[in-house]
Amino acid sequence: MQNSSFDYLEKILYSLRGLYDTYGYTRYRMSKFEEYDLYARNKDFLISDGVITFTDTNGKLMALKPDVTLSIVKNSPDLPDTQQKLYYNENVYRVSKGTRAFKEIMQVGLECLGSIDTYCVFEVLMLAAKSLLLISETPVLEISDLSILSDTLDFAAIAPADRPMILRLIGEKNLHELSEMLLSLGVPAEKSAILISLAELHDAPQKALSMLRKTLSASVFEENLTSFAKTVTALSDAIGEEFLRVDFSALDDPHYYNGIVFKGYVPGIPQSVLSGGRYDALLRSMNRSSGAIGFAVYLDLLELLEAENSPYDLPVVLLYSEEDSIEAIETAAVQLRRGNEKICVLKSIPDSLQAGKIYRVQNGKTEEVQ
Amino acid sequence: MNMLNVALPKGRLGDKVYELFSKAGYDCPSILDPGRKLIFENEETGVRYFWVKPSDVAIYVERGAADIGVAGKDILLEYEPDVFELLDLKLGKCRMAVAAKKDFHDRHLKTLRVATKFSKIAADYYLSKGRDIDIIHLNGSIELAPILGLSDVIVDIVETGTTLKENNLIVYDTILPISARLVANKSSYQFKSEAIKNLRQKLASLLEETV
Repeated sequence: MQNSSFDYLEKILYSLRGLYDTYGYTRYRMSKFEEYDLYARNKDFLISDGVITFTDTNGKLMALKPDVTLSIVKNSPDLPDTQQKLYYNENVYRVSKGTRAFKEIMQVGLECLGSIDTYCVFEVLMLAAKSLLLISETPVLEISDLSILSDTLDFAAIAPADRPMILRLIGEKNLHELSEMLLSLGVPAEKSAILISLAELHDAPQKALSMLRKTLSASVFEENLTSFAKTVTALSDAIGEEFLRVDFSALDDPHYYNGIVFKGYVPGIPQSVLSGGRYDALLRSMNRSSGAIGFAVYLDLLELLEAENSPYDLPVVLLYSEEDSIEAIETAAVQLRRGNEKICVLKSIPDSLQAGKIYRVQNGKTEEVQ
Repeated sequence: MNMLNVALPKGRLGDKVYELFSKAGYDCPSILDPGRKLIFENEETGVRYFWVKPSDVAIYVERGAADIGVAGKDILLEYEPDVFELLDLKLGKCRMAVAAKKDFHDRHLKTLRVATKFSKIAADYYLSKGRDIDIIHLNGSIELAPILGLSDVIVDIVETGTTLKENNLIVYDTILPISARLVANKSSYQFKSEAIKNLRQKLASLLEETV
C-alpha cells in the first residue's frame, strides 16, 4: 500500500474515532489473544472460515484475532439494566475470498451491550450512517429487520428446515426461485405474495414503511413493525431519507442476529463497507441475559476509493546530486514545502513510482524539470 | 449520463441475450458491427455492453466492473458470487446431470470417482445423498473420463444429450435445471436502483408476453 492510501485511511480512521468519542463510546483494546475454542464454538459468526492458530506458552491453542466482537462480548459483564458502549480499531486476520490466503485487515467497529432499547438501536444506526457520511457524500445505509422476516415466515407457516433456503433467496432478491419454492411448499398465494414483496422491497423509508403497513396489516406484525417504523422514521429525520433504504435482502445469520440488521454502501466500492445489526441471539448462546447491537467498518475496502483520488505516488519530488550541499538541498526543500503539502527529496525517482511535479537543485537554485 | 454497464456472455447465448435486451428497449446498434471493439455504448438507451467469457460474467458483476450481467445458473451455484439474482431469462436452458457408461451401476462398495468442471455442485449433490466421492476436476472433454476409466461418473451440463449418446454414455440423474439469469452488483443496486429495476421490469414483461 502506498503512503497516500495510508494517509487517507488514517484520516478516515481518525474521523471515525472522533465521532465515536463524541458519543461517549470508549475504546476497547484487544491486548491479548483469545482461545481458538471461542471462535470454533461460534464459527458461523465469523466472516471468513479460516483462523490462524498458535500454541501459547501454556500449551493452549490460541487464535490470531479473526474477529473482535466475540472477544468484546466474552470480556464484557452481563448488563441487563444498563449499557456499555465501546468502539475498537484493530487489525484482524481473515482469509481473502480472491486469493484464499490470510490477509491483515484494518477494522473499526462499535458495540453497544446491555439493556438495548429503541434509543440504543437508533443511536447505533445513526452512528453507522454518520460513519458512512465521513467516507462519502452520497452513501446508502440499507436497513432490514429479521424480527419482521421471522414474523412473516411464521405467518406463512414455513417449516424451520425450509427457512435457510427462503432467507437465502430473499438475500439474493431471487423472486423467481422464491415463488417456485413457496408454490412447491403449498404456501397460500396471499402469504407468498407478502414474502415476495419483502424480497423485492428497496425504497426510501417513507415509501417503504407505507408499503409495509399495507402489506403487513395482520396483527401478528404490529409489534415489530411499529418498533421498526419508529426507529427508521427517527433515523430518517436525523440523517436524511436520501441516505436510507429499507431492503430485506440485507441479512445476517439468524442464529446470531435478531431485530434490525444493516449494511452500508458508498459509490465506487462494489460491496458493503459497513455491516452490523442486533445480535442478542449471540449473547444468549454465551449465556448472557442482556442484548447487543453494533457494526464494523471494513477499512481495507476504502483503498479502492483512494486509488481514484491520487494519480501520483509522489506529488512533488525534489532531485539533487552529490555535488549539491546539504544546506542548498534543505533550503530548496523548505521553500517548496511552503506551497505544497508533500515534498519528497530524492537523488533519483524509482521506476516503480510516478511523480507529479519534479524540481531539481541546480547551482543553489531550484528549477522545475519539464 | 450515468450509464448502466452490462456484461454479456460471449457466444450463442450472448447473441440471444442481446436480442432480448434490444427488444426490451436497450438496443445498441454498434454491437452488431464486426470488428475488434470490446465495449459498445448507446447514450440514448443508457447502456454500455461488453462481451466477456460466460464463466467470467459473475466475477465482473461481483467486482463492480459491470452493474449487471447475464450468467448461467451453473456458474452462480459453482462460484457463489455475492450478487443479486434478479430474473430467470429462460434462455440457454439445459440441465446439470450425472452421466456414466450404459453398463455402470453404483453398488456403493467403494468411493465414487466423479469427473467434473463443477466441483462444488458435484460435492453438494453427493453430500445431500450421503455418498462418499473423489472429485476429479477437469477443464474440458469431461465425457472422456468414464470411457478411459478415469472416473466412474461425470457431472456436467447436458443440453441435447447428443454428445453423451455418441459416446455410449447415459444420464443417470438430473441434479438441477439450468438457464441464464440476470444478476446485479449489490452496490450498483443501491446507486443505480431505478435503472436496474426498470430494466428488470421490462425484461420480465417481455418474457411474460412470449410465454
